This record gives sequence, structure tokens and C-alpha cells, in this order.
Amino acid sequence: MDGHVSIEDHSVEDGSRTRNSGAAKEPRATNPSDNDPSTPMAAEGAGGPTPQPPPGRRPLTEEERAARLEQRRQRDREHMERQLEEEEELVLKYGAQHVIKLFIPVSLCMLVVVATVASVTFYSEKGIYLLYTPFHETSDSVAKNVMGAFVNAFIILALVVVLTFFLILLYKFRCYKIIHGWLIISSLLLLFFFTLLYLMELLRGYNIGLDWITVSLIVWNFGVMGMVCIHWQGPLRLQQAYLIFVASLMSLMFIKYLPEYTVWVVLAVISVWDLVAVLCPKGPLRILVETAQERNEPIFPALIYSSNILYSSLTMAESSTPSTSTTDNGGSHDGGEAVADPLQQDHHAPAPAGGVGRPTISTAPSSSRRRRSSEAEAGFGPEWEAGRQQREAARQRRVAEHGEASAPDVAGGGGAQQPQEEEDEEERGVKLGLGDFIFYSVLVGKASSYGDWNTTIACFIAILIGLCLTLIMLAIFKKALPALPISITFGLIFYFATSYFVVPFAENLASEQVFI
Amino acid sequence: MTVAQFFGCGMITFGPPLVLFIITMAKDPIRVIMLVASSFFWLLSLLFSSMLYKVVGPLQPYLAFGALFSVLFQEFFRLLWFMLIRKAEVGLKKVSEDNLEIIENKHILAYVSGVGFGLISGAFALVNVLADMTGPGTVGLYGDSPSFFIATTFTSLAFIFLHVCWGVIFFAAMHTRRYLLIAYVIMSHLLASAITLLNPLYAVTVPLVWLVLVVTAVIALCVAGVSPASVRNSLKFSDRAYRVDAVDVGATDSRAHL
Repeated sequence: MDGHVSIEDHSVEDGSRTRNSGAAKEPRATNPSDNDPSTPMAAEGAGGPTPQPPPGRRPLTEEERAARLEQRRQRDREHMERQLEEEEELVLKYGAQHVIKLFIPVSLCMLVVVATVASVTFYSEKGIYLLYTPFHETSDSVAKNVMGAFVNAFIILALVVVLTFFLILLYKFRCYKIIHGWLIISSLLLLFFFTLLYLMELLRGYNIGLDWITVSLIVWNFGVMGMVCIHWQGPLRLQQAYLIFVASLMSLMFIKYLPEYTVWVVLAVISVWDLVAVLCPKGPLRILVETAQERNEPIFPALIYSSNILYSSLTMAESSTPSTSTTDNGGSHDGGEAVADPLQQDHHAPAPAGGVGRPTISTAPSSSRRRRSSEAEAGFGPEWEAGRQQREAARQRRVAEHGEASAPDVAGGGGAQQPQEEEDEEERGVKLGLGDFIFYSVLVGKASSYGDWNTTIACFIAILIGLCLTLIMLAIFKKALPALPISITFGLIFYFATSYFVVPFAENLASEQVFI
Repeated sequence: MTVAQFFGCGMITFGPPLVLFIITMAKDPIRVIMLVASSFFWLLSLLFSSMLYKVVGPLQPYLAFGALFSVLFQEFFRLLWFMLIRKAEVGLKKVSEDNLEIIENKHILAYVSGVGFGLISGAFALVNVLADMTGPGTVGLYGDSPSFFIATTFTSLAFIFLHVCWGVIFFAAMHTRRYLLIAYVIMSHLLASAITLLNPLYAVTVPLVWLVLVVTAVIALCVAGVSPASVRNSLKFSDRAYRVDAVDVGATDSRAHL
């Protein structure tokens, strides 16, 4: 709707202008002032009040009329091309803002994780491990540990794959209630249980005493507010803050409960899985997203970080899908010591091909309203609505469609909804799934848990650059892309390179106080 | 003492660059991205110089060798970054429709790159020292100089500013092909590094490095177009002479045209 806004506005006005001047031209062929498309009024006035035609006027011959038509068409074409260019530039321009809009929450999440890991030793203590990582790397030989790490990582990957397929099955058979229930249970677990754990360890780490009554009040309020903000509605900043906090809690859990080498192997394996699942034609996440598109539904809105939300109830077409989005479904398992393993599904909505997008543009408004009411009956009203509006907000990647969408049939519907769409343009946002946040923070948090801050900073910069590159590729390819692979690859390379090469060098320099 | 010293030294080194960032860069997303990207290039240069240092085993005790090649790598990567920016200028022009400032005034990107290089080099020099500062301990127990922390802090700050100046000079020199200035940048970088080789003679090295900074800063300001007239003008509190009135042809305010 963003790009559409400017195109449709112009095309509507332009259309009206051309129509006006064109229509006025025929009956008033004798009025050469019609040449100027920006004075449609000249065409309407009958004579007196309108600007006087230049002297020496005569009726236009057929050729001249045709030439004028041709000129006008040429001008319109150029205008359209210019608008197309502006469109692309708008996308690029907004691209820079979006990069920053993602830099900030990603950095905040990493900051929280690094600050916690550095100050609360609980999260770097080893001893208890997840049920899914049976090999605890306790042997003395490095090779055995590495082998164990690989096996652990593949077990976790297998789990992720199985759960992903399970989720897709549920989605395909429209078992929304089960999915919804699953999401609610996992957010409950995160917001109450893990927050309580975090608070307790924080208090213990700083040696502060706090009575149980206060703690329960705090955790209860925090948790309930979190559930409301994340699953229903709430101020945007608050929702973003909760999502960041939840992502950092999850990362801390990973950092604590995975053995040393396993963390790194899991990171590598999950980014490869992300790449495969999103880009392969038969990839599960792609299937998921395409199904969601066909049904015109949002994808698990509660687990995607978005930089803005539209609360407007008038929604124009919802053809496309969020650009970079990954979802993270925290699957909860029977309590016990097994900590919830988030289902790291990084799926990215492919931008629809122009053809797919177009039919839904003009027909969606009525159908979406109908669907909304039927879904309200199914008990999904508010959530899906919020999710749909979130997707509305992420339209910036649909440059491919605006060319076709500027057709006159959209202009009709566009007129009534223009003021609404203008709002939309300002509020374009970008989305990133929580899984990405979690894995970025795991990488940086793990790097910082070894005590060397040079490595931490290097990984941080590498991840930011990876994110930048991913967004640039997104703007170029205009297709959904996985957000994990590039950043994690850079992060891993820089982690190992820095800790192996740079740290000894920097330490030598620092001890002699030589500056380079 | 420890946490206080942590904050004190941290603010000394990172305070001025932070102010520079907030005032000149925080509002423009492109500048922030350029900042992070230039930091990345410095990181790459450090990576390569460390790889070289590791590979050349026998020369490791001679830190001067490592420092020398590190300086050369840094300048080389500054050159690479400059070339990348020049290639990407077209894209940059498109993205910065609203503020053509960043395209018209080439010094802005040079300045941002300088700050990027400076921040990351200062961070790498200081964060581990800062982290050690918060822990227990006393400096100089074994006869080392007790002004280790303070000297490191001020030298890091000097280097951050030096990188800013070098960035501006380097880019301007590359644009106008004044290779003498490029030679100056490399020489002064080597000089500053060589001065720090004299550490821990802090009483000598810190003032010397700041002297190099002052000279380099004057050159950078001259290159950026500062002249005695503009300095005098900036100190005047009336902006009559340089006000640009591009608005409002119908304005009848005669003072606007002074």
C-alpha cells in the first residue's frame, strides 16, 4: 500500500487529468490551451472565465490531433516511468530506514543477553543440559567432543524438522485452535516461568533480597501484560519490548543449556536448515507461507517482531506477505527439566509473483471483511485482525506489482481509501522473526561468555553487517530471503577468526600498550 | 574505585565520539549504516594483520613489526572502503533523495568513515582494559606505572580523533588526487604508532600523540574548507552573512537578504 499509495494517487489524478483534458479536447478542438494537462479547468470553462486561447487559432487537423494525443500518451508514459523510478527509489530509501529499525532491536536484544551473561554467572554455569543433547562433551579428546556436538546438533535439527512438519500438517488441516493453544502455552511458559527464573537469578547474582509477595506481584503483572501485548493489542513499543525480552530469555536458555561445541554446531546447522527450508521449492517453510498466502491469512503474528502496526480497520488488499519474516514457535513439552525448545522455523514469505498478487488486490476488501466476521465466530477475530494489519504494514517489497496495480480498476477502489492508504505509506514497517533475534543473541552471548570483549564486538559488527547485506539482497531480489545464513556465517567466521588470530595479537599489543 | 574508574575512563574515551555520533549521525540512517560498514572494514584490516602476525612466527617478539604492518593494512583497507563508496555512489544518490547533503558534501562520508574506524579501533584498544578495570586489583603493584589506565584512555581518545582526521584527509586527497596528503596520512599514522612503541614512558608518549593529533586536525580542517574567515564567522552569533534564503519569494522581510 505504501508504494501503491503514491502510484495510485498519481495515476488517479493523472487519469482524471488526462481524462479531463482528453475529453475536453475533443469538443473543444479549437482550444489549444488544452495542451497543458495541468489546467483541466481550462477544458471545463466554456469561454469567458477560462484563459484565452492564443491568437491565430484554427481548428486542429486530424494529424495535429493525433500528434497531440501521441504527445500526451508519451508524456503519460514518461510520467509513469518516472513514478516507477520513484517507486524503486522509495523502496531503497525506506530500505535504509528499515535497516536501522532492525539494527536497534537486534542490538538491544544482544545487549540484554550480553549484560546478563556478563553479570549473572548462572547463565554460564554448566552442569544441567537439555534432554535433546545427550552428549555432554565430557570426554578429554577434542575429536570426541566435536563428534558429540555434531550428533547433538543433528538431534536438535531432527526435532526442529519434525515439529515443523507437524506444524504444517496442523496448518494445512486448519487446526488453528491447536496451533493457537500451542503458542499461548509457550508464551505463558516464557513470560511467567522463565521470567521468574531470570528474576531469581538476577537477585541472587546481585545479592539482593526480595520477598515472595512482591516477586509474585511483579511476575504476575509482567506476565499478564506480556500476554495481552503479544497476543492481543498493546502499545507498539511495549509489544516490541516484550518480544525483545522474550527473545533474550530464550537465548539465555540456549546459552545455558547447550554444551560448548554444540552451540556452534547448532548455529551452523540451523542456518543451513533455514536456507534450505526457505529457498527450496519443496521447503516446508515455503509451503507454509504459500498456504497462508492462498488463504490470505497472516502467519503466527505473535512471534514476529514488527516495527509498526496498523490499527486501522479499513484495510485495502492484502496481497503480499511480510518481507523478511521468520517465526519461532516455542514448543513446550512436559515441564520437567526439559526446557521448552523453540521451534526455530525461519520461514520467509516469498513476495508473490505479480500475477498472484493482483487478483487479490481488488477483491480482497469485501472478502476480507467477510472473513473477519467469520473468523470472529471461530474465536480468532482479534488476533488474525491484528496479524493481518501487521502484514499490511510490511508491503514495502511489492515493487513488482505497482506497475500492474496502477490500472484503473484499482483506482476506483483506491479513491475511497486513499486517506487510509496515505497513512499506510507513512507507517510502513519491517518484520523479523523472533528466531533470528534468538540466534543472533545466542552467538553474541556465547562469544561474550568467554570473557573476551574484542570477540564480542567483532561478532556484533559481523551480525549487523550480515543483516544489512540480507536487507540489501531483499531489496534487490524482492523475494523472501532467510535472515539467518548470512549473519550467522559472518558471525561464526568472525568469532573463530578473532578468537584464533586477533586475540593473541591484541593482547600482545595491549600489554605493551602499543596502539595501532 | 573500580566501577567509578570504569565509568570515568569509559566516558573519557567514548564520550566525545558518542557526542559526535548523536549530534551528527544519529538522525540519518545512511550515516549509521556507513558507520557500521566502515567499522567492519577496520575489523577486516585487523584480521588480516593478525593473520600476518601469526604466520610470521619468528618475528613475533618484535611488536614493532606487527604494528607497522597493521598500520599499512589499515590504510589499505581505508583505500578499499573509499573505492567501494565511490562505486556505490550511484546507489547512494538514489537512496538519499531527501538529503542531498551526503552526496554534495563529500566530507560527510569521509567524516563518518573516520568516526567508524576510530570508534572500532578505540573499542578494540580499550574494552578489555575497561573490563579488567572493574575487577579487583591495584595498578602498579610490581613497579609498573600507576597511570596505565589514564594514559591508555587518553591515547585511545587521541587515536579515535586521529582516525576521524585521517579519514577526512584521505578521502579528500583521493578525490583531488593530492597524493602528498595521502603520504602524510600514512606517515602520521606510522609516527603515532611508533610513538606508542615508547610506552610505558607515558609522560612522553601521550603529549606527543596529542601533538600529532593537533597537527593532523589542523590539516584536516584546512582540507575540509575551514579558513580563518569561516572560523571568525562561526564565532559571530549573527548568521546574517551566510543565511541562505531559498524560500518565499513573496517575503517582504528586507533583512532576509543581508
